[in-house]
Amino acid sequence: MTEGKNLQPILSVENLKKYFQTSRGSLHAVDNVSFEIQEGQTLGVVGESGCGKTTTGRTILRLIEPTSGTIRFDNIDINNLPKNDLRLIRSKMQIIFQDPYSSLDPRKTVAATISEPLVIHKRVANKRELRERVLALMEMVELEERLYSAYPHELDGGRRQRIGIARALALEPKFIVCDEPVSSLDVSVQAQIINLMQDLQDKLKLTYMFVTHDMAVVKHISDEIAVMYLGQIIERAPAKELFEHQIHPYTRALIAAIPKMGANLGDLTGTLKGEIGSPIEPKPGCRFAPRCDYCQESCTRADPPLQDLGAGRYVACWRASEI
Amino acid sequence: MTDNTLLSINNLTTHYVTDEAIIHAVNRINLELKTGESLGLVGESGAGKSTTAYSIMGILPKLTGKIVQGEILFQGKDLTRTSEEQMRSIRGSQISMIFQDPMTSLNPILPVGDQIAEVLEIHGTGNRKEAMEKAGNMLEMVGIPKDRMHEYQHQFSGGMKQRVIIAIALACNPQLLIADEPTTALDVTIQAQVLKMIKDLRMRLGTSLILISHNLSVVAQLCENVAILYAGHIVEYGPLRDVFSNPFHPYTEGLLNCIPRIDVDKKRLSPIRGMMPDPSLVYEGCVFKPRCPYAEDICGLVTPGISEPAGRKVMCLMYQDLMPNKMSIDKAKGKIND
Repeated sequence: MTEGKNLQPILSVENLKKYFQTSRGSLHAVDNVSFEIQEGQTLGVVGESGCGKTTTGRTILRLIEPTSGTIRFDNIDINNLPKNDLRLIRSKMQIIFQDPYSSLDPRKTVAATISEPLVIHKRVANKRELRERVLALMEMVELEERLYSAYPHELDGGRRQRIGIARALALEPKFIVCDEPVSSLDVSVQAQIINLMQDLQDKLKLTYMFVTHDMAVVKHISDEIAVMYLGQIIERAPAKELFEHQIHPYTRALIAAIPKMGANLGDLTGTLKGEIGSPIEPKPGCRFAPRCDYCQESCTRADPPLQDLGAGRYVACWRASEI
Repeated sequence: MTDNTLLSINNLTTHYVTDEAIIHAVNRINLELKTGESLGLVGESGAGKSTTAYSIMGILPKLTGKIVQGEILFQGKDLTRTSEEQMRSIRGSQISMIFQDPMTSLNPILPVGDQIAEVLEIHGTGNRKEAMEKAGNMLEMVGIPKDRMHEYQHQFSGGMKQRVIIAIALACNPQLLIADEPTTALDVTIQAQVLKMIKDLRMRLGTSLILISHNLSVVAQLCENVAILYAGHIVEYGPLRDVFSNPFHPYTEGLLNCIPRIDVDKKRLSPIRGMMPDPSLVYEGCVFKPRCPYAEDICGLVTPGISEPAGRKVMCLMYQDLMPNKMSIDKAKGKIND
């Protein structure tokens, strides 16, 4: 999917930070994150709960205002954009949410939900045109025409997620943040939605940022993967290479922890010790140090930078060259 | 039925009866669990996995849930004909169950140690002091320091809560543990810790296990045998390695083909077409027919019985000589596989 395309980043994020103020101090949800996504590609963002993957996605769309950092989309610095201009850019950047049960308005029909962005952004001249556009979008996501006036409660999870996708596509975006879009679906339906998303990407030249905790799904759908731990990207690599060879000890443990179908009874080696630390007022130094087998005193002095190792691989570990 | 059979479910049918409809949740299923065995129940939402567990535990919703026919023999005793009072003495001491969501399973206003001790006291294992001491030991056994027994659930993380729940479930050393999606709400590294712990404890205590999960890989870690459920029917049942490496039922094959895998590269997933049938309707023929790539007209007319090819139980007409076995023909031609 990646070869032969004119690669240029459609999105580039530099030193993005989002700190939330809590009664116990500043919570570093996203802490100095930088990456870019090439047009037409999928960046998978993985990590466990609390690693900041969802906040990163929402901050990029400015659904959450970043604390600092630059976000350039199509060469426009959207972090300093006034609200009005932001609205124009937003039509090019959309989001698909995890839970198709709570992300749809239960009082709106399928047609009303899909047409809302078209009406708000005045993309249609009259009702007839609106109906045609909605029907075309429904066809694109393979929703039956008879469901035009149905309500979300009449539909199963897979169809609801199709509505979410149709709504996200209504304004012809270039970039979509997909926040756990298949996590609440059964596997047979999950496969239908993943295939649909891949087909739409090819057809409409979409760029995805695919946020998930499911390593098998992310491996399947991504060109490149960024692994997050406590608000930071600790490793980034082309998808295939990452699964073949992990450099960061956390990535290694994360991939080792995934139960594999072929593995022997209880073949769970390399179980990671301890639990994820607190993102509130984190101490300087590597965030993973307390759980890391390779940790040295020097690891806790300063945050390891995300170093470029060439061939599309990046890692944030002080001891990357030794281990 | 051999001597070391712990649980034997025969022809179990469970319905949920509401004013609008009868939900056929579990339909004439047969299962057998030997002492020390681990069995996985696998299927998608609505397959009847949890209803099977609730039927065994006798905790079906009182107003709607109904065991319509069949028997559940636990150590030879039919649980479907056991009084609620007797069931109460079995639950927690001989059969325990752990649920999916560790966030809502514990009592928020009772220290965790007391919650473990409570089970021991109810089932008459010694006095309060002994119960508290044993509770401390149970916590240590699941990897939580004893001195945290006076803390409350909100002071524990999700993985720790699930450990406490496992300690409660195993406190009376039950013969059978039913785990309903025990790691689904946990992060993958914590899931690995909990799965490893369940496995180690089972080895140590000899507890038999029924593990319910939608995640085939999780079941592969802990179970020797597996039953694949679809729309309230067990469509395939046998040794896990055999079933996963060479599925006989078209649904099992579909399930294995549609999941993205870490250990296998797939260019494109092969979804199972269509959706689960409406459980309030009764179907003529095979329930999987509308979604089955091998179906023929006869599948809509004849309800398949259970055949036993190669030591497995399969519910499909292809194994009853009523139609050609296209699955094995395709496999022979090497068409299956991505």
